[in-house]
Amino acid sequence: CRSLAARLGPVCLDAASFSHRRLSFGPQFVYTPESADKSLGETSRMNLFQAVTSALDNTLANDPSAVVFGEDVAFGGVFRCTVGLKDKYGKDRVFNTPLSEQGIVGFAIGHAVAGATTVAEIQFGDYIFPAFDQIANEASKYRYRSGNHFNCGSLTVRAPIGAVGHGALYHSQSPEGFFAHLPGIKVVIPRGPIQAKGLLLACINDPDPCFYFEPKILYRSAVEDVPVNGYVLPIGKAEVLIEGSDVTLIGYGTQVHVLREVARLAQSELGVSCELIDMRTILPFDEETVYASVCKTGRCLIAHEAPLTGGFGAELAASVQEHCFLNLEAPVRRVTGHDTPFPHIFENFYLPNQRRCLAAIKDLIGY
Amino acid sequence: RLRQSLLGRLPGLSNARRLLSAPPSGMPPDDEKPMFPGSRSSFTTQLDFIHPENFEGIPVYRLVNRRGDLVDGAPEPTLAGNKDLCLQVYETMLQLNIMDKILYDSQRQGRISFYMTSFGEEGIVANAAALNPNDLVFCQYRESGVLMQRGMELERFMDQCYSNDSDMNRGRQMPVHYGSKDHSFVTVSSPLATQMPQASGAAYAFKRMQNGLCVVCYFGDGSASEGDAHAALNFAATLDCPVMFVCRNNGYAISTPTSDQYRGDGIAIRGPAFGIPTVRVDGNDVFALYEVTQQARQLCLTEMRPTLIEMMTYRLGHHSTSDDSSAYRSVDELSFWDREDNPIIRMRKFLTKRGWWSDEQETATKQAIRKRVLQKFAQAEKRLKPNPMEMFSDVWARMPPRLRQQMEDTRRHLEAETSHYPELKNYKPIADVE
Repeated sequence: CRSLAARLGPVCLDAASFSHRRLSFGPQFVYTPESADKSLGETSRMNLFQAVTSALDNTLANDPSAVVFGEDVAFGGVFRCTVGLKDKYGKDRVFNTPLSEQGIVGFAIGHAVAGATTVAEIQFGDYIFPAFDQIANEASKYRYRSGNHFNCGSLTVRAPIGAVGHGALYHSQSPEGFFAHLPGIKVVIPRGPIQAKGLLLACINDPDPCFYFEPKILYRSAVEDVPVNGYVLPIGKAEVLIEGSDVTLIGYGTQVHVLREVARLAQSELGVSCELIDMRTILPFDEETVYASVCKTGRCLIAHEAPLTGGFGAELAASVQEHCFLNLEAPVRRVTGHDTPFPHIFENFYLPNQRRCLAAIKDLIGY
Repeated sequence: RLRQSLLGRLPGLSNARRLLSAPPSGMPPDDEKPMFPGSRSSFTTQLDFIHPENFEGIPVYRLVNRRGDLVDGAPEPTLAGNKDLCLQVYETMLQLNIMDKILYDSQRQGRISFYMTSFGEEGIVANAAALNPNDLVFCQYRESGVLMQRGMELERFMDQCYSNDSDMNRGRQMPVHYGSKDHSFVTVSSPLATQMPQASGAAYAFKRMQNGLCVVCYFGDGSASEGDAHAALNFAATLDCPVMFVCRNNGYAISTPTSDQYRGDGIAIRGPAFGIPTVRVDGNDVFALYEVTQQARQLCLTEMRPTLIEMMTYRLGHHSTSDDSSAYRSVDELSFWDREDNPIIRMRKFLTKRGWWSDEQETATKQAIRKRVLQKFAQAEKRLKPNPMEMFSDVWARMPPRLRQQMEDTRRHLEAETSHYPELKNYKPIADVE
């Protein structure tokens, strides 16, 4: 829990200030709270996991068919995303399953096929792989292979992903790249509480099976005033967070906040104006917003925690160069996790941190 | 009597019977009982490994023997009290058998790409006859009999095998991957056992809907080895799902005999291990099968829990048209089951002895069926394949722009290069906008 504690202050990146006894790990960023549209009404201070709880609460309240389940969901979940829901809605609607990801997702698919709203939790994205057969061979193909006689569109699977400071190989992974390759599903990654609630509700209401990955380091560290009522944000639409003219920075999840810092530093250290895009949806991704931006700036930097080769950045890079070739001033750059398993004590050197991103921007400008 | 066998009789280990029939207990009053969470047995100073080979296997429930006679002492089967249903079940089994023969041959002739027969396992029709037509069925691939019993029209089987424009799957799947919303029969998918945890989940939804229906899940002896099978049984039991699991143990998974598939007492023994009421039945005895199915369905719905039926049978045909089973089993073995012990021949004997059937009726009925099947077959063969643009729909509920672009690029390519795609004349026109 302490490792997930708020990282609200600026983190000093000066190597000399690291003491030998206490090292600071994990994605290094300041979380910039956002505000919700006033039209969405009354708000309440929530961190990201509370925003998730709120979305699930709205869902269970308004949709009698809806159920929420997974390992340890009943007592509130290991990340506290389901706290209070069992007591409020009953143990037939908010429940524990046996310890089997293939069982959780298979069961969830069938529950959705029967027409009921289904929100299944996988405890860590690192453990979603036993369910990959059910996801790749079943969920993504259900509607297509049955000529639309059957579908599991009312399914949403949630899982925490991403670096957390000490998670190492099996508590830090970003598996979105594997899922980007599955026509038939949707893959969504929020950057903060307001986004999280709106995007999760959109996933739950979406007619396709959705995979919703929550950056775990943001569960406690991201806090905003989130509307208490239900609202949806668009799936398949990226968002331009900062407008700029020299370089397009593309990221999603936690990396968006790292890139915010990068944009600020690029301006102050290099005099470079950066445009920042949060993809929000990995599949199907918003081509229009990306191409419009890169055609304008002429330079593109993609950053993600997942390893380089075959990562989602590769798809973005290929698509960008295909559609923006004549406008490019430099090759498309990716700053990503290395082609290694996610390491423990080397996390700071593994992640696509601010200095690595800034160095890439220098290369782009000087190309 | 059936209920007793549902809990299993395991002579040779006195503790086992208590283990299987003891109701869940609360905290014991004295400290001589194990207090571990979930414990419900007693302490012992006798060090005895449970040796599974010492068990006589779970018995096979059977009412009518291979000669078509009611077994001595067996009660009158429920199905036998309904002559019309008996004849309907029998004719459906014949129709399945004849359709299989014709479609199998059509693959050998290169007319369809692939086929799987149900030879030897037509008894599944009797199992389906005991279900509610709205019980949701998840199956493996050798359960066409269920769909046929539920009344899916002959031409729809063939349209699917031909992947033509009337195919319910829109030309997207290999033959025999049937599905029908109207008949509550979830579309077949090739991966094995994936349907099993899905069946548990659907049953959970049915329970919450209080719709008076159960879910039925078919799978084979080979599929039962998959991880999904174990997860399915465990989830169904722990979450109290009204799902009837039906295992077709036909002795083979392609070439792999059951002796290479498991070492325990088949699939039935696993049911009690997961906390599921279980029965093993002679899958070639339609009367036993009908009885068992009725009882299992009743149990599922009154107690809101899963049941497991292991139907013992024999796969008379090859695994599929891609298989030649003479490579791994003897002609002698095959001809025994073909002549003496399969659902059709055994029911025919019973019906004939009852005076409900004759050789003349057999001949006439088979001829009529064959004529009907061939007629539908000829129609299906003539139909065009779907518009190739249908390759792009139903991937997502609404086609995203990126996929639409791929569809338009494909359309333009095919229009520009039509002469290089002579097969297009067998498809509905590309220009038709869906």
